[in-house]
Amino acid sequence: MTRTRLFMLAVALIAFGVLPFFLKSYGLYLLTLFCVYLMATYGLNLTVGYAGQMSLGHAAFFGIGAYHAAILLKLGWPFLLVLAIAAVACFIVGLALGFPALRVQHHYLAFATLGFNVLVFLMMRNEQTITGGTFGISAIPRPSLLGYSLDGAIPFFYFTYASTLTLVALLWWLLRSPWGRAFAALRDNPIRAESLGINITAYTLLAFAIGAACAGVGGVYFAALVGFIEPAPFHFSWSMTMLLAVIVGGSGRFFGPVLGTVIIVLLPEWLRGAQNWYLAVFGFLVVALMVWLPGGLSSIPDRFARKAAK
Amino acid sequence: MSNSIIEFDQVVAGYTPSVTILNGTTLDARAGEITLLIGPNGAGKSTVLKTLFGMLVPRSGEVRFEGRRVNGKSQRELLAQGMAYVPQGRNLFASLSVLHNLELGGITLPRAERGPRMDEVLARFPRLLERIDNQASTLSGGEQKQLEIGRALLLRPRVLLIDEPSIGLSPRLVQEVMALLRQLADQGVTVLMVEQNVRTALKYSDRALVLEMGRLALDRPPAHLLDDPNLNRLFLGGHVPDPERLDAPMQER
Repeated sequence: MTRTRLFMLAVALIAFGVLPFFLKSYGLYLLTLFCVYLMATYGLNLTVGYAGQMSLGHAAFFGIGAYHAAILLKLGWPFLLVLAIAAVACFIVGLALGFPALRVQHHYLAFATLGFNVLVFLMMRNEQTITGGTFGISAIPRPSLLGYSLDGAIPFFYFTYASTLTLVALLWWLLRSPWGRAFAALRDNPIRAESLGINITAYTLLAFAIGAACAGVGGVYFAALVGFIEPAPFHFSWSMTMLLAVIVGGSGRFFGPVLGTVIIVLLPEWLRGAQNWYLAVFGFLVVALMVWLPGGLSSIPDRFARKAAK
Repeated sequence: MSNSIIEFDQVVAGYTPSVTILNGTTLDARAGEITLLIGPNGAGKSTVLKTLFGMLVPRSGEVRFEGRRVNGKSQRELLAQGMAYVPQGRNLFASLSVLHNLELGGITLPRAERGPRMDEVLARFPRLLERIDNQASTLSGGEQKQLEIGRALLLRPRVLLIDEPSIGLSPRLVQEVMALLRQLADQGVTVLMVEQNVRTALKYSDRALVLEMGRLALDRPPAHLLDDPNLNRLFLGGHVPDPERLDAPMQER
């Protein structure tokens, strides 16, 4: 990363950090929700964009994380322990799903993961004794950190923001390690990757499971943010929305999920003025974007650079 | 043969259950030599390399590497045993830089060893060092081939399998790649090469094996084939007479 880019990134991070002082409570809620979804979409970008594995079941992992948080936080377990348990649980479920599902590719894999999401959704809805069914689980407490309560919207925002930055930094490190290159090699050409000794099965599973764990972590923060969960936000349509965020932002581009998550979290708010036409306008914008920018929003600078070079 | 490092003994292999490409292939490659595999399309040249490198499991017969049976061994195991494979066509990961492509060649190495090995390879290919941070897709054809070979050399293989290294390269670059393979062989690396650019490849090889319909049809020193007026026919296809009757120069049919 060049010095100019680093400077721009620092300015953007600081600007985002001071935003809460200019927002009302709903704006602050949306900003925190943006961070929460960012954790999940970064994980999905690893699975889809970097390792080239299609997933339509990401909302299920997000939900598994959220229900772990809801149940365990209500039992009074420490937040960081709950976070670790949810991440590990999603990682293990990701491995268990990936082991059979990743034997197939592309649309077959998409349907396998979609089936998993439907199954998890039905469990959340029907296993009332554990999940509360359609009534959900309410009064989920927010965490405290070293004795300092994060109940307030601003402290919880900064806690979530710091956690998101930590997760993104970990993924940055991962993608720049030989593991990350192995993921990219798998996506570009799995047969050639294997001829270099890359264990395709292991790396594909790993990318899928890490993506699932990120979604689980996002789910934990989601539960703590909203304080009440029920199955609806974990329906497979949310898996589609998360995939949309990855693709619209720029699949396989590091900052793609940031732009994509803005589209799924903030654009609906900006389009409220369109009232009943909201979905039509949203749909039209997404179609137009995909037609003119198939590489996603983060490919805009490349596009300008190519035009300038001509 | 005493110094055969690779041996195929009556190997039958193919891509689908109903079609076999290697039909009882028996051949060998000797240590420290460049062995050139030639023959018409569909003769099984690339299939020999793929079978040797564990991408195809022989249905019968035996493949041996340094005297040990390697039928059905995984590519990772074969890499660990000292074999490397540069497949046909473009094999780089286009979205990654030269450095990262090279690094992937050593992904099975312990981290501490990776750096010195990369320095060693880059010392051999100074052009790659100059373009180390460039995206692999921006390299010229010759540079890409150097990177592919360099990546394979990272594991210091004793045997290098290389499939049609001259594809898409200018005549000057083909000479460069062949000279590089010659240099490697002179340093003790056994090279088993499939190449359509036969006349150039023969000049750099120690031995030429002609395959026809998945069987060894001829085993000659390159000089004999270079002098053979029927070289083009051998290479482009058509019947190759029984090797046992081929001590005398081939007759035009």
